Amino acid sequence: MTGVRTVTAPTGITRIEPAEMTASCGAGTAVADLDDALREYGQCVAIPTSGSIGGALAVGRSGLRRLGYGPVRDALLQARYVSAAGELVKAGGPTVKNVSGFDLCRLLVGSRGTLGFIGDVILRTRPRARFEQWFRGDVDPDEVLARLYRPTAALWDGISVWVLLEGDPEDVDQQIAPLALTAVDGPPELPAGGRWSIAPGDYRTLRGRFVVELGVGVVHHEGPPPRRDVDPVLRDLHHHLKERFDPTGRLNPGVDVLDG
Amino acid sequence: MTLVAELRAALADDRVRDGRTELALYRHDASAMEGAAVAVCFPVTTAEVQSCVRVARRHGVPFVARGSGTGLAGGAVPPDGAVVISTTKMNRIESVDVASRRAWVEPGVLNLDLSRAVAAHGLHFAPDPSSQQTCSIGGNVANNSGGPHCLAEGVTNAHVLALEVVLPDGNVALLGGADAEPLGYDLRGVFVGSEGMLGIATKVLVRLTPNPPAVCTMLMDFDTVEAGASTVSAVIASGIVPAAMEMMDQLCLRAVEAYVHAGLPVEAAAALLIEVVGLPNGVAADTAAITEIAASHNVRTVRVAADDAERALLWKSRKSAFGAISRIKPNYYLHDTVVPRTRLPEVLNAVYDITRRHDLLVLNVFHAGDGNLHPLLLYDGREPGVLDRVHAAGEEIVRVSVEAGGVLSGEHGIGLEKRDLMPLMFSAVDLAAQEALRAAFDPDGVSNPGKVLPSPARCGDILDGGRVARAVAAGAWI
Repeated sequence: MTGVRTVTAPTGITRIEPAEMTASCGAGTAVADLDDALREYGQCVAIPTSGSIGGALAVGRSGLRRLGYGPVRDALLQARYVSAAGELVKAGGPTVKNVSGFDLCRLLVGSRGTLGFIGDVILRTRPRARFEQWFRGDVDPDEVLARLYRPTAALWDGISVWVLLEGDPEDVDQQIAPLALTAVDGPPELPAGGRWSIAPGDYRTLRGRFVVELGVGVVHHEGPPPRRDVDPVLRDLHHHLKERFDPTGRLNPGVDVLDG
Repeated sequence: MTLVAELRAALADDRVRDGRTELALYRHDASAMEGAAVAVCFPVTTAEVQSCVRVARRHGVPFVARGSGTGLAGGAVPPDGAVVISTTKMNRIESVDVASRRAWVEPGVLNLDLSRAVAAHGLHFAPDPSSQQTCSIGGNVANNSGGPHCLAEGVTNAHVLALEVVLPDGNVALLGGADAEPLGYDLRGVFVGSEGMLGIATKVLVRLTPNPPAVCTMLMDFDTVEAGASTVSAVIASGIVPAAMEMMDQLCLRAVEAYVHAGLPVEAAAALLIEVVGLPNGVAADTAAITEIAASHNVRTVRVAADDAERALLWKSRKSAFGAISRIKPNYYLHDTVVPRTRLPEVLNAVYDITRRHDLLVLNVFHAGDGNLHPLLLYDGREPGVLDRVHAAGEEIVRVSVEAGGVLSGEHGIGLEKRDLMPLMFSAVDLAAQEALRAAFDPDGVSNPGKVLPSPARCGDILDGGRVARAVAAGAWI
């Protein structure tokens, strides 16, 4: 597009502080590179391991372990971003606990570059489990969710359930014993037609070929997601925010985060 | 019609108060900073909250939402001439979805009442501020509240899925949603912790957490504060995140022991209260690993709670600090800052130095696991000039914390108390971006104005090292 310039964020890990459970890096750093570096300290970040950190944050989509690890948005502690005016703005703070002022990090995650370009970040890390194992079985999803204590992931394709358990191997064995589940190498292949978002309690209404993340509500479906209506009040609020943060519409023009 | 008459017409006569005594009661929250309300409203529905907001706007006065009033930073202190909108009568748990582990609640539901209500399902609401018997879910949302067990579980923001809010223009919006990935910006996320400045939450979809099958609670004591603090860092660095890791220093241990008689180690310089939860083998392994780490840091004794009664007693010790200190001095000022865990020993030493220089007693009881300090400055308010020393020491503690790579507040919020210290952490550009968020929600500045964001003039004051007059907070909880 004429007049549109692609901007690239800095790359590289600045600091890993295992005792703080934080990692600082440029937004252009590959998630896989950060993951490798953190492995040495027995830690990881709750961000899916593909693409760049900045990209993953701007998109804001979680990976299959969201049930246990939480959403991507909770991983970002501090960000420095370039505003529409070209200024460097700091959002959030460097510590794992912080309620100092409005948390602009929340606004950045999932904003797809429409409010500011993320330059560098401080992320919350989490301990890597000493043991993990996927299981599969043709069991009732509700029974699995009711019986297992905090699985890391639980998936259902309409017939089979897959669960990922982490922790002490004996605990995992004892958890799995009363259920008809057997160890498998990993999760099923995910249909790639569309990523749907449902309330986790509504999974039984799903039709077609799908894999639903139980307890979360992300659906990997063969078909495109149904259109979602946006409340006009909410649309106005988004419009006001965009106007305040990017009055001339310079940032990622043409993208509307309400378009799904 | 007058403002009060219009409010009464919209709600009910007895749910709009403007008597002198009642207005006096609502001048402050658990801080001692004061404002002046013109009316206090007790709506029972979202539509009534909308009416309160619209009537206030028509009369050109600001409004402030108020939960239980346990805030320590002055966030619920009414701006002069404001309408106070109390959510205490909106206290129903509307629905509990046990399978999906979530509940829709009204903002006036008390934190501990929610956990009690879902206990039969083996669930609880994870954020557990020490005021949890009294504080409301709406207040937790406004302050993004924490608590001892937020070390592993995260603070309120991680436990709120959706919010029905009345926006400052009187419209109602749903922020976030019941589904996994609601469309648009994470407005739910920015609303949590916005201290009533983006609108009023009228319904909250909270995430509920399963009660753990196994729990181990330990009290470990040390000859030096440094040894205790180093144990905290070493535990985290080893890859274990306990459910809670709290520290009490010697003055605190002695005050609490005289009050609770729990057999606390009063000769120790500091003690750690550590709780590990989860499945039995994992809990046993973590407990053993933590004990070993503590041993390598010269732990004096390790006391493991033998049963629920002893566990409750140990937690009572931790949570009774505030009743206990009244035996030492009649007043206290509680601070709340966060520093990197590894800097805890030096910042604690600095806190002792600062208070010694200002001739004040200090007692430390805090969330060591996440570096969240809570120095309590003890004083007798009748002593002439003591408040100046308390303020001066407090400000130095905040500065030292930020200089050590920390932040202004870990869970109490900014409110009025730390508004003018915001430039210690944020540049004028950073603050302008926060103001832009505020203005997108509330362009006219009617929803709890005057909190959190300093006016540009005040930024100059503080950066020049100028002293800013602040009222004293004499809160009851941490």
